Amino acid sequence: MTQKAAITAQKIIKAFGQGAAALRALDDVSVDIATGEFFTLLGPSGCGKTTLLRLIAGFEMPTAGKILIDGADVTEMPPNRRPVNTVFQSYALFPHLTVAENIGFGLKMQGRPKAEIAATTAEMLALVKLEAMAERKTSQLSGGQQQRVALARALAPRPKVLLLDEPLSALDLKLRKEMQVELKRLQLETGITFVFVTHDQEEALTMSDRIAVMSAGRIQQVGAPRDIYTRPVNRFVASFIGETNFLPVTATPQGARLSTGDVIAAEGEGSVLIVRPEQLRLGPAGVGAGLAATVTGVVYFGTDIHVNLELSDGTALTARVPSPVDGGADFTTGQPVAVTFQPGAARLIRE
Amino acid sequence: MSPAEQSQRRKSSRNGWLLSAPALSLLFLAASGPLLIVLVYSFLTPGQYGNVIWEFSLDGWVGILFTRDIFDGTMNLADAHLTIFWRSVKLSLMTTALTFALGFPTAWFIATRPPAQRAMWLFLITIPFWTNLLIRTFAINEVIRNEGLMNTVLISLGLISEPIRLINTDTAVFIGMAYVYLPLMVLPLFAAIDRFDMKLLEAGYDLYASRLQVLRHVILPIVKPGIIAGSILVFVPSLGAYVTPRVLGGGKNMMIGNFIELQFGQGRNWPLGAALSMALLLIVMAALLIYVRASTKGSNPHG
Repeated sequence: MTQKAAITAQKIIKAFGQGAAALRALDDVSVDIATGEFFTLLGPSGCGKTTLLRLIAGFEMPTAGKILIDGADVTEMPPNRRPVNTVFQSYALFPHLTVAENIGFGLKMQGRPKAEIAATTAEMLALVKLEAMAERKTSQLSGGQQQRVALARALAPRPKVLLLDEPLSALDLKLRKEMQVELKRLQLETGITFVFVTHDQEEALTMSDRIAVMSAGRIQQVGAPRDIYTRPVNRFVASFIGETNFLPVTATPQGARLSTGDVIAAEGEGSVLIVRPEQLRLGPAGVGAGLAATVTGVVYFGTDIHVNLELSDGTALTARVPSPVDGGADFTTGQPVAVTFQPGAARLIRE
Repeated sequence: MSPAEQSQRRKSSRNGWLLSAPALSLLFLAASGPLLIVLVYSFLTPGQYGNVIWEFSLDGWVGILFTRDIFDGTMNLADAHLTIFWRSVKLSLMTTALTFALGFPTAWFIATRPPAQRAMWLFLITIPFWTNLLIRTFAINEVIRNEGLMNTVLISLGLISEPIRLINTDTAVFIGMAYVYLPLMVLPLFAAIDRFDMKLLEAGYDLYASRLQVLRHVILPIVKPGIIAGSILVFVPSLGAYVTPRVLGGGKNMMIGNFIELQFGQGRNWPLGAALSMALLLIVMAALLIYVRASTKGSNPHG
């Protein structure tokens, strides 16, 4: 990244508890988040992603390491003095205030003039399309509307960084999709750096400029969604993002050799060969090249079908192929097929 | 709804009223009967031996604020009465303020304990209720009197040479009432704080509020119903307190409650006592009305 970093985390360690019983929620985490990017912390629950967000917000202090916002060390700074705002998972709207008062709260606490607060509040209400709700109490709003108020409230003071802690997890699927688009729009319109925490890999892939995949208190890989999906660095990243076939191999000068004896050309190095199900091609058995396999099951998904396969040595594979139109290619259990990989689809990773 | 169903519903509603009629009439009589008697007595003439003479008179009500000079019969403002009223209101307000100052941190502490511990802390708060009020008040007397525990310990430690004279002062009454009514403040405050979403604290800090601003703009407005409930529960009985000022204030530092008792006892002026009782009731109702007005206004600035 050549741009100036909005947030820099340096060798962050966060331990909860004392002594031998201490639990390391974050273990030597370093990351740079560029100004103006949509950065996602992705991982399963308990991976430390929310802890990292809370450290940036200032709700927790790191056990060791430093946090810089816009180049300034804020490690010891309390949350009310950091130029970041948070959208909470439960929204945490103030129940005693109206929608407009909620949005203006941050500005009021900063001691801004009344006219400016009113103007910014109106602007934010328009931004999240809630002009008609300004005087309502937050309890009178739907989940999606509360979400928008939470966003507007956090954006109103124009923070350098907006932190979002799984903000969409309480919404139903349709609303979540709408809000994903909405969030992306708000980020582009305001130009504010977004740091987004989620456990939903699809959400991360569709919205982010860059993703940090986390597991067990460490960042496993940082990269653009395409990089992460096509070039995962280890088994955890490969299995957490999308579906993957894992084949044990031994490296030979010709390529990676499967236990069936077949040799496959693959990039990378390591003892595991990965290939995504949609990058497998199935052909008639005995014609041309390909691994010999038997169909063990077919699952219909509408847009495509998942064909479960077994190689001659018993290794299981899954292929995703387009749904057959009437009279098109279909598969039946027990049918022998030849499996080919799309060029460049196979990669080697370390265990 | 069909006509048959409607008549059925009316019938069951009528039966409901009929069935609760005995209880309702008993409640009505028990609540308003004594009050009516007091109201009627306040307009009668005092008898010679503490009874009443059935003769209409406004002397009871006039006597709340004025006294008739026994020599020339002129009316004068009753300074002694005003002192008693002022002392009652002042001590009750001070008690409410002190119990809030002590009760709020206490309630906050309990509400932020792990759920398993909360029951134990609440239990400890209610322990004083196990003992009779009179016994507890005498216990305080035993602690603060001139030769009591507090002064004995302080003198033997060499911190003071003369005992601190607390007993039979307004301060003693104040301390006693705050002690007695503290749980009544803590419990409603706990109920309100227990419902408070602690995430809102983080939201407040995150939005540039200092700790004091979070307290003022987030915590206090949200737990206000608890503050009001606790204040009413402390202020109202404080105003009518009888035992505490009697035991800790001695004979001189009377509050309204003692003054009323005096009229029905040695004073032998039942109409004045009855009028004072009604006046106390009116003061309490006025205080409640102001409180409710203020609280609804504060919670809805656009209303």
